[in-house]
Formats: sequence, C-alpha cells, structure tokens
Amino acid sequence: MPESERRTIRELVRAFAARETTAERATEECLQAIAAQNATLNAFITVTADEALADARRADADAAAGRHRGPLHGVPISLKDLIDMRGVPTTAASRVRDGHMATADAPAVARLRTAGAVIVGKTNLHEFAFGTTNEDSAFGPARHPLDPTRSPGGSSGGSAASVIAGMAYGSIGSDTGGSIRIPSAACGLVGFKPTLGAVPTEGVVPLSATMDHLGPICRSVDDAQLLFDVLRGDLPSTPAPREARGLRLGLLRPYFMALLDDGVAAAFDQACARLRRAGAEMADVSIPHAGDIAAIYLHISLSEAAAYHAATLERLPEAYTPNVRLRLEMGRYILAEDYVRALRGRDVLRAEVDRALAGVDALLLPSLAIPAPKIGAETVRIGSTDEPVRAVMLRLTQLFNLTGHPAMTMPCGTTPDRLPVGAQIVGRPGADAALLSVARALESHLGPGASR
Amino acid sequence: MTIAAWLEHAKQDVERRGLPALRPLLEALARATSALRAADWNGNARV
Repeated sequence: MPESERRTIRELVRAFAARETTAERATEECLQAIAAQNATLNAFITVTADEALADARRADADAAAGRHRGPLHGVPISLKDLIDMRGVPTTAASRVRDGHMATADAPAVARLRTAGAVIVGKTNLHEFAFGTTNEDSAFGPARHPLDPTRSPGGSSGGSAASVIAGMAYGSIGSDTGGSIRIPSAACGLVGFKPTLGAVPTEGVVPLSATMDHLGPICRSVDDAQLLFDVLRGDLPSTPAPREARGLRLGLLRPYFMALLDDGVAAAFDQACARLRRAGAEMADVSIPHAGDIAAIYLHISLSEAAAYHAATLERLPEAYTPNVRLRLEMGRYILAEDYVRALRGRDVLRAEVDRALAGVDALLLPSLAIPAPKIGAETVRIGSTDEPVRAVMLRLTQLFNLTGHPAMTMPCGTTPDRLPVGAQIVGRPGADAALLSVARALESHLGPGASR
Repeated sequence: MTIAAWLEHAKQDVERRGLPALRPLLEALARATSALRAADWNGNARV
C-alpha cells in the first residue's frame, strides 16, 4: 500500500519536515497509483504528470534552500475537471467542451499553487456535475476503489476515488446538491461544503449559479481545515479546541431519517450512541417544510442549469450524454412564476434551518441515505419500496445548497457489507471555523471510515 | 397557466422537437410543480 493511500496531508507535511520523504517521491507514488489503477477506476480525465513532477522537484529545491511556499508545500492534490487549470482542458466530462483550453488558473487553483500544492491532474465527474453517480460522463464512469462494480458517488466521484486510492492526498470538488459530501460519504472520506461564497467559484463551470460551492475532499477534518484555509485565501487558522463532552447537537429526524437503508441507519445510530457516551448532548429538531425541499431544489437547479446550457442545447444537443441532455431540457420548460415560488420557498427553508440551529452547536444527520450504489442501478430497495437512486442520494444534502449553510460529512462506520457510511454536521452561515471545531471534537468518536 | 395546460403544451412541444423521452420527466416535473404551488408560503392575490 503506497504511503499516499494511508497518510493524511498533515502527516505528509510532517514527513517532509522530518526528511522522511520528499515532494518528488510523494508525487511519484501518486502517479504510480494512477498508472496502476486508473484503467480500472477511471478517476482521472487528465493526468499532469510532467508538470507535477517538475513542480515537486521545484518544491524540494525550495525546501532545501529554506524557501517554504506555504502549508501545502509539495503536497499532491487533484482537481475536479470543471475547475480551470492553466494550459489544461476543462472538460466538465462533456464532449460539449471539446477543444477547450484554460488560459488561466481559477482563483481557487491559484491559491493552491501559492500554498505550494502540486497538481497531479483533473478528475472525472458526472457530466457538468449534473448527477450523483458519475455514470453519465463522456469519459465513462468513475468506479469505487473498494468495489469497482459500484459508483463512488458524484458528481465529484473521480475526486473521491483519487483520494481513497492514494492517487492524491486531497482533492478539490464542487457541491451544488451534495457533490462533495455524497462521494465523500460513499468512499469513507471527509468532505466539506463551506458557506456559500466562502470560496470563489470564478473559473469553475457552473451548474446552478446560486448553489455552487467549492470545497475539499480528504482523509481528516484537520486536512479539510488546512485545504479550506488555503481555498478561502487566509492564513492557516488555529481553531478553538473543543471536546465532544458538552457539545449540543440537533438531530434532524423527521423527513431526514424517514428513508434510510437499514445498514446506514444502524451505523448512524451506533455513531450517535458513541457520541452520547463521549458526552455530547442531543436534542431532536425539525425543518417544518422539509417535505418541500425536493420540489424547491428541482425548480431552482433545473432553471439555472438550463439558462447556462440553452445555447449549447440548441447548437450541440448530441454532444451531451442522453440523460444529462434530457434533464437540462426539462429545465427549459419551467415557468418563471414557479421559479419565483421556489426562490420564496428557499427563503422559508433558510429561516427554518436557522431556527433549528438556535440553541445547538451544529445539526447532525446522515450524509447519504444509501451506501455506494451499483453502477447502472436506477432504483434502490429501501424497506419494502424501490426508490429512484438520484432522488435518494440528494435527499440529505440538497437542503444546505439551497440555504448556503456550511456542511461537512465524516465517516461514521460501515454497513454489514463494509461499505462506508457518513455523518453530516451543519453549522451557521459564515461560521465555518466553528463547524470545523465541532467536527474535530466529534471525529474520533464517530467511528472508522474505510479509508484509514 | 394551470399545470394541466402547461403540461399539455410542453408535451406537444417535445413531440414537435423529437424529444418524446422527455414526456415522463415532464410528468414528474408537473407533480413537483403541483407540490410547489400547494405550499403554504405562497402569496396569493385573493388573500
């Protein structure tokens, strides 16, 4: 097992400082993992091996000369392939983008480079980030490293696969309905969707402009903090240390726990029991209009996606994968009056999430209602009913894209089939650092992920 | 426009455009729109 398959970013940085390894060696290990596994996992669309090795050697030379570029000095990182990286195509996993070449780094990428990151490549995704399984990609589906017959989740599926398979130490994904948290939960990783607007989305192919977020996918809360600090353009922060004992958590039960796979429910319940034993206090809270979330999300996301894609739907309709094309076309039929109703509904939901957060440190709920689904499955059995995979996968995450609250998934155990399960915590808008402190306090009690 | 009228227009349009696979998606969208319009936060000029 390569070091990159078990070390966190923080551990790698310590290994650099102790001269146990070098940026070049760490990067070579990631590139070897890509060479060995990408034919199976299809995690990367573009591998920037030569540039990455050159950057890693430069990082080692800088370190030898006493020049420390930043907190990610020499750390191999992957990027979801809808984020611009200068001199590399941004495909968004679509033939619609054939011939594209990014002429500049997205601000988020520029910040990674300034902090010393080594970019190893661009990862596979659901076409234009418009799906939860990564199956509809012009480059074929990404596959789950723990079971290649399954989806790693999506839309940032290649990003999550790249981290769990040791192809990168962390990845930058995007999240419009759960696209960071869903694959992170499915793969047993930490995934952080910061507050809406905390990380700039310029230079990123949009899906739904009022709900798009960028954030990290990685192995630990500590790594998420480190990457988030870099992405938001701040100096590394030192979060106030907290303990699980005395933390007040609002358990979102009605609606959010009404449709869960049995294995997911059991793992989440056991994680809650561990948190209680560690001294965390839990109280049930609710979102009165939770039953309207899916309808509100659908009308906003489809309308905004259709607006961005209208010209290419006319000009290059056959360049889209069939399923994504149809969903985009659906958005072109939504009436303005219904989009306005959905915007009003979003305001109602935002106020209800704020009220649920009153008096607690964070909300707590599962991240993903099912384990990683089989590739090709359109429905999944929950209890005695067959549910559509896409709707079930979005069910627990999309609310916080509508409202913009920061949300993070952390591994909290596995199903009887050893598939990862995630727990999600949600904080107040703008209080990303406070949420990360809560995550840090809970992490060791939640339970093992599949990744370490 | 009522949802029934909207759905009828939309179905005719997708047939005209050669996209019959959109019909079931539009029917699902119509159900979501019905739920959206029935929500108790909606303003209504008659109230």
